Amino acid sequence: MDLFIAIFTGTIIAATPLIFASLGELVVEKSGVLNLGLEGMMLMGAAFAFWAVISGLPMPVAIAAGALAGAATSLLFGVLALTFLTNQYAAGLALAIFGSGVSAFLGRGFGSTPIDALKRIHIPLLSDIPVVGPLFFRFDPMVYLAIAIFGLITWFLYRTKGGLILRTIGESPETSHAIGYPVTRIRYMAVLFGGLMAGLAGAYLSVAYTPLWVENMTAGKGWISLALVVFATWRPLRVLIGAWLFGGMTILQLQGQALGIAVPSELLSALPYLATIIVLVIISQNRQMLALHFPASLAKPFRAAS
Amino acid sequence: MIPRLELHNITKSYPGIVANEDISLSIQRGEVHAVLGENGAGKSTLMKIIYGAAQADSGEIYCDGKRIEAHNPAISRSLGIEMVYQHFALFESVSVVENIALAIKGVFDLDRLAAEIKTLSARYGMPIDPHRRVHDLSVGERQRVEIVRCLLQSPKLLILDEPTSVLTPQAVVKLFETLRQLASEGCSIVYISHKLDEVQELCDTATVLRNGRVTGVARPKETTSLELARMMVGSQLPEMHVSPSVPSEKPVLEVRGLSAPARDEYGTELTNISFDVHGGEIVGLAGVSGNGQAELIALLSGERTHSRSETILIGGRPSGHLGAGERRKLGMAFVPEERLGRGAVPPHCLWENALLTAHRTGLVRKGLVERGQARDFARRIIDRFKVKANGPQSSAQSLSGGNLQKFIVGRELTLEPKLLLVSQPTWGVDVGAAAFIRQTLVDLSRAGAAVLVVSEELDELFEICDRLLVISNGRVSPPLIRKQTNREEIGLLMTRVGHGEARRSEVALEN
Ligand SMILES: Nc1ncnc2c1ncn2[C@@H]1O[C@H](COP(=O)(O)OP(=O)(O)OP(=O)(O)O)[C@@H](O)[C@H]1O
Ligand SMILES: [Mg+2]
Repeated sequence: MDLFIAIFTGTIIAATPLIFASLGELVVEKSGVLNLGLEGMMLMGAAFAFWAVISGLPMPVAIAAGALAGAATSLLFGVLALTFLTNQYAAGLALAIFGSGVSAFLGRGFGSTPIDALKRIHIPLLSDIPVVGPLFFRFDPMVYLAIAIFGLITWFLYRTKGGLILRTIGESPETSHAIGYPVTRIRYMAVLFGGLMAGLAGAYLSVAYTPLWVENMTAGKGWISLALVVFATWRPLRVLIGAWLFGGMTILQLQGQALGIAVPSELLSALPYLATIIVLVIISQNRQMLALHFPASLAKPFRAAS
Repeated sequence: MIPRLELHNITKSYPGIVANEDISLSIQRGEVHAVLGENGAGKSTLMKIIYGAAQADSGEIYCDGKRIEAHNPAISRSLGIEMVYQHFALFESVSVVENIALAIKGVFDLDRLAAEIKTLSARYGMPIDPHRRVHDLSVGERQRVEIVRCLLQSPKLLILDEPTSVLTPQAVVKLFETLRQLASEGCSIVYISHKLDEVQELCDTATVLRNGRVTGVARPKETTSLELARMMVGSQLPEMHVSPSVPSEKPVLEVRGLSAPARDEYGTELTNISFDVHGGEIVGLAGVSGNGQAELIALLSGERTHSRSETILIGGRPSGHLGAGERRKLGMAFVPEERLGRGAVPPHCLWENALLTAHRTGLVRKGLVERGQARDFARRIIDRFKVKANGPQSSAQSLSGGNLQKFIVGRELTLEPKLLLVSQPTWGVDVGAAAFIRQTLVDLSRAGAAVLVVSEELDELFEICDRLLVISNGRVSPPLIRKQTNREEIGLLMTRVGHGEARRSEVALEN
């Protein structure tokens, strides 16, 4: 039982940064913009949140600092891709490299001592129920925040006019412009939101998950988040499931290494990536559904006709 | 009185072409003003400038006496200006009601809006099902959505860029009633159409454009359509020559008991369709769009294949299972109704678009494109069909609607097919060019080809077809010889619902 609880909670925690990052990217891509720079924004978020903690700022402020750092980094992408209509692939890759470089530079002074991780909550009564308590009610607040944001994004995308506007801009910015929506402004907001979420993901890594500063500590989580969005065929629920799947495989793989299973550990470490991608490829077979959820104008620059 | 809209010296050029030059006009409250001109005259460009979807290089726009600066569509909407785009401004991935919700203000309540759309659209004579996805709609249905969307918002100035190009005659009658009502309430209307009888019936004044300049103003109600046509085209209209048809012994296209399930819950099921098209004749398929035309055409063109190959025979060969490319190899050519997206790739240039279907005529050698020949091929189409374009290098989307149509029809006709399927052959084409396209279709058939024309325009079908079929609720009537039938009979067959229950909304048209 204890092993199960450990795997379950480990899974949820490992998935949390992916949920933040990939849901943010989902919103960005739904608006027709492809920001490949998740890794860079996450690293900036991680560095700034960590720096805030070691400077003695309270935890909520540190997390907000991480989120804002992510958003500020995304603004750079926005200016390049939306104002100057640079190729979005190039701008995103540049952002990834930029973020990892700058964060490594900032992180030189951080030292290598761990900090006190974000506290887990304790709800009287609920957290104390045997089995159920440890399974559901003893996470840190960011875990619940991630799930709340999932609900919020799903509701926003499919139940509100704002979500409809966002999705349709992703299909055809020309048409959106033709019926009077400020395409570029809305895309900026989406990009900033994506940055904010990536920043949160980074902050979670450095102040709750690890909690330690290591150069390039995201270790590819930004890239896997990008892949999650694609393989989840741009649907929030599938993003959530994909993130959990990936988290679960990560934990299982760690357990496997701990148990000394006779497979080279490098291969085991590759397992989560492989398994997640295979499962998501299988569930994204339906071409028609794919066409329905795919933002048709993804990564195409838009300028209002003159 | 202060005019609702005034334009002063509007000029707009695109690379290599002056689309609008020094255009001034003024429109009063409640006035219905026609803008006429041949394909590429600059009508749509002018409308986009009024609406703010394109920016003039110079000139001024006044609305209710106030100058509009830094124009864009959002400003138009706030001023009460609405526009029906020639090529529609609809999102394909979402439903009709969501499309309309995006364009109107107020609370976001899709259920209530859907109910409203249902009743209002029926009242306007353009019934639409609010829950269908636009992707699955034919161009005729899309046009209804576009119009209903504008009508729902009680505009002060309504711009209609060829709103009736794919509307049935019945719907046009209803639309005109609605427009007259709107005008009497003070709404000004700018109306673009190539159908001069409509203009004469509806419009108080007309401005005629040619090559981007105003070449005349007229009062359509006091001018004959011949005069109007001459003002537009600047020359006499060609006369049609329809020689008697000599049908081939064996049919080129045979459809035998073709049934197919609907593509989705809103599509139309095809039930036991059988007909023949012989070489040397033109067969017309009449019907209100949304009655199975799209499904039938998809199956005939090979866009959708059928599991039973012997339901469709081309030149006697079972072809139901063949894809579009294989059917083209058998000598078929096809003009789809959607010219942007299906008929042409909008951002690609004309010779590349020509290559899409003409690659079999020696334009590709050993897997390599013969660019020079492809360009010549495109240039031949441009010359023969008088397509107004900068040359084979201009992109498909830079052409005016009618010119792109001429190019696509021209491309398929130049292939000299044995079997030609055409949907809405003269959609948005001006009177002169429409006559030319019809004549070319007739000539092609008289040279021995089998031609099937799908159109909502009864006049067109009566002008060129030898036999007529009527499609209604997924069933096709027995063929009627054109000379032995009349519009009333066809009209009745069109609105008669198949033997099933009255599910389709078109019945609403009758009452
Ligand atoms: N985006 C564009 N880029 C380049 N040229 C353009 C563009 N839009 C329009 N044009 C050119 O401007 C001219 C006028 O086009 P416009 O669409 O206004 O014609 P129109 O009068 O509406 O014709 P139609 O009756 O065929 O719709 C055409 O020659 C067209 O090729
Ligand atoms: Mg036009």
